[in-house]
Amino acid sequence: MFNKKMSNISVKHLLGIKYLTAADIQLILDTAENFKKIINRPIKKVPSLRDITIANLFFENSTRTRLSFELAEKRLSADVVNFSAASSSVKKGETLIDTVNNILAMKVDMVVMRHPNPGAAVFLSQHVKAAIINAGDGAHEHPTQALLDAFSIRERLGELAGKKVLILGDILHSRVALSNIFLLQKMGAEVMVCGPATLIPKYIGSLGVLVESDLMRALAWCDVVNTLRIQLERQDIRYFPSIREYHMLYGVTLEKLNKLDKNIVVMHPGPINRGVEITSDVADSKHAIILDQVENGVAVRMAVLYLLSGQAPEIQN
Amino acid sequence: MESRVILSDKQLSITLHRLCHQLIENHGDFSQTVFLGLQPRGIYLARRIVHMLKDLCGCSVTYGELDITFYRDDVRRHESPLIPSTTKVDFLIENKKVVLIDDVLFTGRTIRAGLDAMLAFGRPTFVELLVLVDRRFSRELPIQPDYIGKVIDAIDSERVKVFWNENDGLDQVTLFNVQQKNE
Repeated sequence: MFNKKMSNISVKHLLGIKYLTAADIQLILDTAENFKKIINRPIKKVPSLRDITIANLFFENSTRTRLSFELAEKRLSADVVNFSAASSSVKKGETLIDTVNNILAMKVDMVVMRHPNPGAAVFLSQHVKAAIINAGDGAHEHPTQALLDAFSIRERLGELAGKKVLILGDILHSRVALSNIFLLQKMGAEVMVCGPATLIPKYIGSLGVLVESDLMRALAWCDVVNTLRIQLERQDIRYFPSIREYHMLYGVTLEKLNKLDKNIVVMHPGPINRGVEITSDVADSKHAIILDQVENGVAVRMAVLYLLSGQAPEIQN
Repeated sequence: MESRVILSDKQLSITLHRLCHQLIENHGDFSQTVFLGLQPRGIYLARRIVHMLKDLCGCSVTYGELDITFYRDDVRRHESPLIPSTTKVDFLIENKKVVLIDDVLFTGRTIRAGLDAMLAFGRPTFVELLVLVDRRFSRELPIQPDYIGKVIDAIDSERVKVFWNENDGLDQVTLFNVQQKNE
């Protein structure tokens, strides 16, 4: 037909930013623009995925991501089932593939999964039929977070290419950092990481990112700082002497931002530890776009779900 | 690809003027009327009509552009996802008279999706449909236009394309005979 625009996304699953092309990322972000308009209307819902059932499998705790995915699914009119490992047969010794195949046997079309093990989403995509969306796998990737961060930067600064983005804090335990690095580089932005040497992975330089240990020098370099949370629950040993010392050296404060001769955008993937990696006066200031990120998260996840929902095979035949 | 001109530059201009006068006859000063052009191709016709109405009656006209991609009944019936265009509707249509505008009316499915998409902006008093070309006898849904530029009879393998000066470099309506594989 003349009046239908179609486009291809090169993947069947969203396992990580690593597997996407720049064109895919562009397509997701552009589609998300349309969904952002929809979720700001009086009626925030479209019927596109009304014939789809989506299972949210959370083998690890999450509030924001899970709520965001659930709202995205509901605003596309999909049916949603939620599953959390704490109340499931996983505790009785069932394997991941068995758990998921049992859920798919109940005619579920897409799976959104968070799992503590890196590579869990990739593994699952090789063994089950449904489309898999990775909502975070251990310290590996968190693709939808990187996409919503990119969307928020683009919204604030116009484009990603040529922008300088600083990722600050616990790089070692962060899936957000890795997904952000892959995405920003694919879209032509420059990336620097900053944090205590113990929290910077040894081979991070091989990804082509700059490494800086002095926060003021790093802040002076960047257009955007993405402040990561110190993930104490993942730290098996002590990586720095005290929270107070970390805050003094690497906490983002209004005082430090005011010393710069420019305005930079402050982001945080949440949950915030106020007074540790970022102070309240920064988190609530005009520099911060933390709540915009949360809003954009729903739009970006709607775009991902819409684009990966695929073709309805049972109807075709 | 065979083609035949249905409306030339001059004929198109006469038709657009007639449609505008019919609208003025039915809607008066347009104070309670809103126009919604359907993306992607209906917006050129809608912009033209709105522009001409402003010239003809000097009144202000409320106009928006509606994308219906997410409301289509063939979402997930294609190998690739359908890509949306932009919706620009910054007003509510509650208790307004809505005129939906599209270039070609064929099966009626786009208009059905348009009616659905429109409801996200309120409950209108009534809705009318204006099309430039009505391909009669090809409807798959009980939908009929209120204002028609030209009625044509065409077989399924034929496609109507409306060219607009601002987008395509000329004003013209053409009927193409496309190969089966291009459908």
